[in-house]
Amino acid sequence: MTAATSMRITYREAVKQAIREALASDPRVFLMGEDVGKYGGCFAVSKGLLAEFGEERIRDAPLSESAFVGAGIGAALGGMKPIVEVMTVNFSLLAIDQIVNNAATLCHMSGGQFPVPVVIRMATGAGRQLAAQHSHSLECWYAHVPGLRVVAPATIDDARGMLRPALASPDPVIIFEPISLYNMEGELTEAASSASLAGARVHRPGRDVSMVTYGASLWRCVTAAEELAASGIEAEIIDLRSLRPLDDTTILESVRRTRRAVIVDEGWRTGGLSAEIAMRIVEQGFYDLDAPIARVCTEEVPIPYPKHLEDAALPSPARIVTAVRRMISDAQ
Amino acid sequence: MSDLPAGITRERGLYLLRQMLRIRQFEGRCAEAYGAGHIRGFLHLYDGEEAVAVGVMQVLEAGDAILSTYREHGHAIARGIAMGPLMAEMYGKRTGCSGGRGGSMHIFDAGTRFYGGNAIVGGGLPLAVGFALASKMQGRQDVAACFFGEGAAAEGEFHESMNLAALWKLPVLFLCENNLYAMGTALARSESQTDIHAKAAAYGVRSVVVDGMDVFAVESATREAAAHARAGQGPSLLELRTYRFRAHSMFDAQLYRDKAEIEDWQTRGPIITLTTRLKAAGLMTEDDFQRLLHETDAEVQAAVEFAEHSEWEPVEDLTRHVYAEVARP
Repeated sequence: MTAATSMRITYREAVKQAIREALASDPRVFLMGEDVGKYGGCFAVSKGLLAEFGEERIRDAPLSESAFVGAGIGAALGGMKPIVEVMTVNFSLLAIDQIVNNAATLCHMSGGQFPVPVVIRMATGAGRQLAAQHSHSLECWYAHVPGLRVVAPATIDDARGMLRPALASPDPVIIFEPISLYNMEGELTEAASSASLAGARVHRPGRDVSMVTYGASLWRCVTAAEELAASGIEAEIIDLRSLRPLDDTTILESVRRTRRAVIVDEGWRTGGLSAEIAMRIVEQGFYDLDAPIARVCTEEVPIPYPKHLEDAALPSPARIVTAVRRMISDAQ
Repeated sequence: MSDLPAGITRERGLYLLRQMLRIRQFEGRCAEAYGAGHIRGFLHLYDGEEAVAVGVMQVLEAGDAILSTYREHGHAIARGIAMGPLMAEMYGKRTGCSGGRGGSMHIFDAGTRFYGGNAIVGGGLPLAVGFALASKMQGRQDVAACFFGEGAAAEGEFHESMNLAALWKLPVLFLCENNLYAMGTALARSESQTDIHAKAAAYGVRSVVVDGMDVFAVESATREAAAHARAGQGPSLLELRTYRFRAHSMFDAQLYRDKAEIEDWQTRGPIITLTTRLKAAGLMTEDDFQRLLHETDAEVQAAVEFAEHSEWEPVEDLTRHVYAEVARP
């Protein structure tokens, strides 16, 4: 990677740089999805790539999510390195058969003969007043499935760095890019060049409580942690980065130190990733806890359109702060 | 009964008949093994449709990819997957061609580029489009041959895949085995337009109706479709009209069709008609036919013994192959 140290770029630009590097370095790589070419990408991620790499490799697909995701799986089996862009996780439900019944199973059903090295990117999450059908956070549906690898880059470095190991993986990898982060600016550092596909990371060290989170909620936790720090509570933030596999070791190491955990997940609480993470903490660290585990998730409603209601539905720094303060005051 | 096509030799005729008999005999033993409890799960037999598999496979090259359905034993045998590992897969043994992980519905074989064995109706069509896309982007001549039943024409993936393959002029052979029943639902009970080829034609896919009971007709139509695809002219759909003599699966009481209909189709069966034609042309004697039966039965018997004597995969290996065990090339 040729990125200069400490360049300031957007998340969108980081993803684009990663795709461009992949296209330039391997002729087997191509990008396929709705509006990735002429339009420049629904979120402008692939703007300019059509002119640079041509129609064959920046391939506009019809509104046939199942067919072009399946075609990506087939092309991967056929020796290519496709990056399939499904515009958003909401539309991926039209392709979930191909992802769950084919991408996730073929390696196993063939006794290891046919791994499926496809990379599927999709935008996820709420926060843009797009109402219920365009605001889902269904990462946990995919993280549920053995055979898939699921990652959620939340930082500029990971947005820039995780595509390369994803393309190097022999397994199907789903990359979730939070819609609300595309415009986020930040420092691109040397760390991007060595980003791993799996493994959580301590985003902010702290001694009093562990915030376990991923995706857009990482930055809600950062805001909450700053507010808590003003009153002397030091939160440690774990950025999961990978949702399957989950990095139990990093989560448990943190919880053993802080003895408190709050899980922040933009998915719904019922049957979600927060439940899975909480249970793993209970299974492996129950006696290290000084307080019941708390969860801050999206309220159990389809995401509403008006801003005040959407804000109220989503995990917010205020709700995270409240959850932490309650946890700490209850213990005293 | 029609005459044989011009130029068919005794050797060629016997070869094609042997291939169909291998499938028929193999599946007869599968049904027995199912009754004896050696094969479990779903078992979908191909009796009556052998001319499709055998006719198509005469044309395909080693580099071509094959995508099939849960009724794929015939395709697998005709493609050249060895019968021992195939039967071992039915039994779920570790020596099976899919390592025992797939069973009857999920036959895979890297050596013959046989990519399943897909048990979701229509699920293989997008994969075929992807294989063909890879072939085209890599400048290869390989085609993707995709078998599916007429029931798949009701799935969205059929329509999405037709459009995509035609739009990008991809070398796909869409091989629709129209046996008139999607499990127990007759075509006319589920489709407003029962001519499958007309649906494909609407997407600009070259589309042909073929007598799927005639191995020569299937071979000839496949040859044209493959040449079209290899010449960069795009996909074809062959609507191969055929009939399944046996039940949909081992759980099917066949309440949805008349015995008389089955008996009528059986008189047009691919094996009986080819046998009659070869004898009428003086290319085969009854002794020849009995010898073919004996030899194919011996091959199946050896496969059964291989399967029965194979070991089970140890339970400690349960979670293997969920993720790849080899690095990516």
